[in-house]
Amino acid sequence: MQSELLIGLAGVIASASPIVIAAIGETLTEKSGMLNLSVNGIILLSAMSGFIAAYDTGNLIAGYLAGMLTGALIGWVLAFCTITLNQSQVAVGLVLAFLCRDLSYFLGNDFMGFNAPVLHSTPLPFLSEIPILGSLFFDQTPMVYLSLLSIPVSLVWINRTKFGLILRSVGERPEAAFARGINVNKVRYLYTILGSALVGLAGPIYSLGLKPGWKGSMTGLDGIGWIVLAITIFGGWNPFRVALGAYLFELLRWLGLVYQIKLTGVPSQVLQVAPFPLMILTLMFVNMKNAEWFESFISLLPPPIYRFFSLKGKRRKAAPSSLGIPFRNV
Amino acid sequence: MVAKPKKNNMLKRLSSPAILSIASTAGALIFTSLILWMAGAQPGLTFQKILIGAFGDSVKIANGLVVWAPLSLIAGALIITFIAGLWNLGIEGQIMLGAIFTTGAMRLFENSSISPTLIIILSCLVGMVGGAFWAALTGILRLYGGVNEIFAGVGLNFVATALSLWLIFGPWKRPGVGSMSGTEPFNERLWLVQIPGYRLSIWSLILVVVVYIGLFILLKKTRFGIQIKAIGKNLEAARLMGIQTRKLMMLAMLLCGALAGLAGALQVVGVYHRLIPSISSGYGFLAMLVAMLANNDFFLTLVVAYLFSILNIGGIQLPINLHLDSTLSGVLQAVLVLFFLVMNGLKQRLMGRKERSRDAE
Repeated sequence: MQSELLIGLAGVIASASPIVIAAIGETLTEKSGMLNLSVNGIILLSAMSGFIAAYDTGNLIAGYLAGMLTGALIGWVLAFCTITLNQSQVAVGLVLAFLCRDLSYFLGNDFMGFNAPVLHSTPLPFLSEIPILGSLFFDQTPMVYLSLLSIPVSLVWINRTKFGLILRSVGERPEAAFARGINVNKVRYLYTILGSALVGLAGPIYSLGLKPGWKGSMTGLDGIGWIVLAITIFGGWNPFRVALGAYLFELLRWLGLVYQIKLTGVPSQVLQVAPFPLMILTLMFVNMKNAEWFESFISLLPPPIYRFFSLKGKRRKAAPSSLGIPFRNV
Repeated sequence: MVAKPKKNNMLKRLSSPAILSIASTAGALIFTSLILWMAGAQPGLTFQKILIGAFGDSVKIANGLVVWAPLSLIAGALIITFIAGLWNLGIEGQIMLGAIFTTGAMRLFENSSISPTLIIILSCLVGMVGGAFWAALTGILRLYGGVNEIFAGVGLNFVATALSLWLIFGPWKRPGVGSMSGTEPFNERLWLVQIPGYRLSIWSLILVVVVYIGLFILLKKTRFGIQIKAIGKNLEAARLMGIQTRKLMMLAMLLCGALAGLAGALQVVGVYHRLIPSISSGYGFLAMLVAMLANNDFFLTLVVAYLFSILNIGGIQLPINLHLDSTLSGVLQAVLVLFFLVMNGLKQRLMGRKERSRDAE
């Protein structure tokens, strides 16, 4: 029983890995003040392109690179349309989301049902022998290690390095950053492309590992991108919280699968989609803390409780203040 | 001094809406041809097949209009929220809720003694309430919950999908076992009257015309229309002007939701005669592209909606004829909008540079 639970939880960590990487990529993009709404499309398109590249070359690395390249290309298109051509980030992002989704189904049509190489788990020596922790974290695929590693790396990058300082200044006070001699739009270009490349890595992680192969609209990846966006925003643009959100989502999905067998009263089709609304609703209620009425409501409560819930003086969930707002240096 | 205004004129003419849309269309066609070439298909033949698929016979032409009616309704609904500066991505859920509420009402009245016409009208009204209710949830989350309407909407879309699946496989399942083909079809006397031999109902076309006249008057001739336009242009300024921004944004959401609900209701009573899992057919997101491409202009919206309907219908037979996936239509539609945005940006850049250089002189 205990080992069953352990295997399940290890599966949750594995299946959350693409969401963690994509959400951290989106966090980096949004920290610079750019909103990339095309995540859902990028994941699908890169899953398709990564699968085809790996199928053609027989090489997994080529697949991952192709996925990242696809993401970077879409990120460049978004940056070009919104920064250089000054179009709405929401409009371009949405169009790209729909375009990439249909494009992946169209171009991937000829490759449906083919077998490509699949990434296998490589237990880390010594570490994988630690009881419980070993089988949870250190008996996984290299991509899972990458997703685990990306959390502290991005945290340090954003909060403790000079590059992170530039990134945050561009997202929070672009005018001030510009006055300090930072090329705001160049930084935004860079982080949009970098973030989208990370989102693009999530695609092949699915099509070359978690959900091997390409099955068109039956691949079951449509919708994941919207969850990534929601997790990023409600995770408060903090890589650690964002990763927690990803694990919570996959935990819900796993519970749905487990209860599919035990709860015969609920149709299985409902249990399969239930984690999506549940996740979003959870995130919404967590986010309620940001509303004015919540602040005024809890101010009526006794001081210790008020202090526990209040966000006054804490800036942990504040959005980058120039998110979605174009910057024009005249 | 003489040459300058002439040059300016030429630039203006080059960036006129007509030229812009021709340039975007050409760009989109070239891009799609490249995609087709990548997929190993002949672009010319493919476009020809799409046209034949859309206009080949009278049934196909009628089918184009069957798509056009709900698409126009939804795009018109979206224009209200777009003008108010709200990105109502929850539109898919609002269509679904309209369909769910309509189905519920039909099931309730099905065996009663009320006349069929009245049942259909009542059910459509209930559907509008359903759509408005779902839009209200998005509105409340945005205006009172501090949740951006894009994410509230997307989240509620997932909830609506789960709800309709639960109804189809749970309480409303067909006798025996529930299936993806939907609920039990209604009695034929409760179907919206169709033109004999076609799936098209004249009533849905009339409804589109009526709704558009209403929308035109509402947005161009009333205080409400001007006020939500002010909100969309600058929320803070509108608030300072004393406009009740929250109330009006909520109203815009409710109206949009009601019309989306009506489109969902029409899909139930006029096209599928039952509730199916994908009752919205993705028309909500497609209508979003339509309204963007038409730049919120009513007449253009109707035209673009028709163009997109043709592409949808024309693409259906691509898998059979050419072994291409029918999502090609979706690619073409999205690329059109993308190129329109690019051309628009290029124009602004060109004009802006001109103005800036004039300022410098």
